[in-house]
Amino acid sequence: MAITEPPKILTSRLAFEDSHRLERYLATGGYQGLRKALAMTPEQVAAEVDAASLLGRGGAGFPAGRKWSMLRKGPIPYLVVNGDESEPATFKDHVLVERDPHQLVEGVVIAAYALQVARAFIYLRGEFALGLERVQGALNEAYAHGALGRDIFGSGFSLDIVVHPGAGAYICGEETALLESLEGKRGFPRIKPPYFPAAIGLYGEPTVVNNVETMSNLPWIISNGAAAFTALGEGRSTGTRLFALAGHVRNPGVYELEMVKTTFRDLIYAPVLGGGILHGRELKALIPGGVSAPWLGPEHLDVPLGQDEVAACDTMLGSGSIVAMDDHTCVVRAAWRITHFFWRESCGQCTPCREGGGWLEKILRRIEGGAGREEDLDLLMDACDNIAPGVSWPPQQTTICVLGPSIPSSIASAIRMFRDEFLLHVKEGACPHG
Amino acid sequence: MSHLSEDVLARARELVGLYPHPRSALIPICHLAQEQDGWLRPEAITEIADMVGLTPAEVLGTASFYDMLHTEPVGRYLVSICTNIACMLRGAYDLLEHAEQRLGVRPGGTTEDGLFTLEDAECLADCGRAPCLQVNHRYFGNVTPEAFDQVIDDLTAGRLDSEVPTHGTLIRVRREGGLRVDGQQIAEERAAMAERRAEAAGGGGGGA
Repeated sequence: MAITEPPKILTSRLAFEDSHRLERYLATGGYQGLRKALAMTPEQVAAEVDAASLLGRGGAGFPAGRKWSMLRKGPIPYLVVNGDESEPATFKDHVLVERDPHQLVEGVVIAAYALQVARAFIYLRGEFALGLERVQGALNEAYAHGALGRDIFGSGFSLDIVVHPGAGAYICGEETALLESLEGKRGFPRIKPPYFPAAIGLYGEPTVVNNVETMSNLPWIISNGAAAFTALGEGRSTGTRLFALAGHVRNPGVYELEMVKTTFRDLIYAPVLGGGILHGRELKALIPGGVSAPWLGPEHLDVPLGQDEVAACDTMLGSGSIVAMDDHTCVVRAAWRITHFFWRESCGQCTPCREGGGWLEKILRRIEGGAGREEDLDLLMDACDNIAPGVSWPPQQTTICVLGPSIPSSIASAIRMFRDEFLLHVKEGACPHG
Repeated sequence: MSHLSEDVLARARELVGLYPHPRSALIPICHLAQEQDGWLRPEAITEIADMVGLTPAEVLGTASFYDMLHTEPVGRYLVSICTNIACMLRGAYDLLEHAEQRLGVRPGGTTEDGLFTLEDAECLADCGRAPCLQVNHRYFGNVTPEAFDQVIDDLTAGRLDSEVPTHGTLIRVRREGGLRVDGQQIAEERAAMAERRAEAAGGGGGGA
């Protein structure tokens, strides 16, 4: 499959050193989408976004327009932007908040207008110290420019945006945990239903929660129209997407690509993209959508990067981050490190996740260290089955949120794909990779 | 006299005014307190509790959940080395081992001179430059052992003071403009919310 000339919806300004400043933003078409939106009715703006079929870019891939349409009519609705980017190997929002914060701010104002929200919060992970500075800087410039605050561009619409820092907790990327955190509490996911905060969200009020990348698409969609957006991509996967490529590739980084028109092979091997596996080695396995996703092998390299196309392989495009692992990688160690992460980040509310994660981490550590037993493989799968019955995809859930049921993904993948390597650890009493 | 400085208190009060519910300012204010002390001293926790209308135990209960909020002292520079999958594949554990040797402490430990605290961190979202680390939450990418030593030397000599401020992720964040001066709007929002809660509790109840 040929790589199409990547259309730049989200990354058009990144070549500029001052891409985060208002002057540059205005010189490159900034806030024109907002001016156009304010000349439309809120319903027309929402309809345009719905027509663009913009799938949420946070990980779950739920259509943004449908999320908006569920917002309960109430006197005080809120808009919350999820910028708690913490899914391992995901670093696209990091680029957007640091390098093009005005694009995000404009998107938030457009969304707030469509939803008729007077107050919005941008929740950024606390580790984004520069991102927090840049987004607040953009907000300050936007207030002074009249693009935010009272009577925006003389339209009569007013909006206030507060940038809110997290404090280091993966679970706060889960939208109900994020709302708890925004309320000044521990990041405990809320019990479902309700499945969406559109009915009961922040402070118990109707709330829409959207991802940073989702919001950043809106200025372009309104400026160029939904038809131009749906002309890109294929099927349900419209527009472009930021793919964060990491691991054993020559050129790791964030690449904006048209949805579905590029394959894993293109992303990893094309000279203008990943540039191939480091040191000329072979690809052993790849993680397609954040570490919550089941792994794929070299036989899946020609799968197109689209939401449904990847889902058809019993995994997910998730947060759009792809990790390539070369043939020298110890898969037991890789599965252990991912499990170690989930165990450490479990909020502790639900037993299967809190205890099961620890069990799995301990068993994997034992195998990797050469002290494993052959029956440990069955034990691992049994513990996985207790967290996500059936160990299938998408996972069955025994917990309040999907953190726990995400733990088996890497373990089950590694055992299914590389059972012999696990057994070799056990038989040799050591890691064959040293 | 209060423990938190006038500057921190003024900015904290401003933060409280931004939210429909004062408790929402809890985490941001904790960041401000760490800007001053590096960690959350008990005196600071008591004053934060007063500001947001909670007990000190409630503030501690929230703060202790979050990795970035420290309930014990940390060094002047918090060195967080990411060892998650993307960095691990590119040598993060070798880097961590090197850092342990160079600093003479294990993860969680602080050097005797109080300059450095070493941390084994989860993904810091800079995987394009793996292995990466943060010092007081400022990024350094593609970190070789040699580059690590250089960073430590530069920090020790004060050569990175402009790139790496002392603690506090909000230390250079200042809000200008906005509707925060409109105390009335916030007050109305809070009143409306309280009213509906009271209605729900009084009128809609009876199911228990």
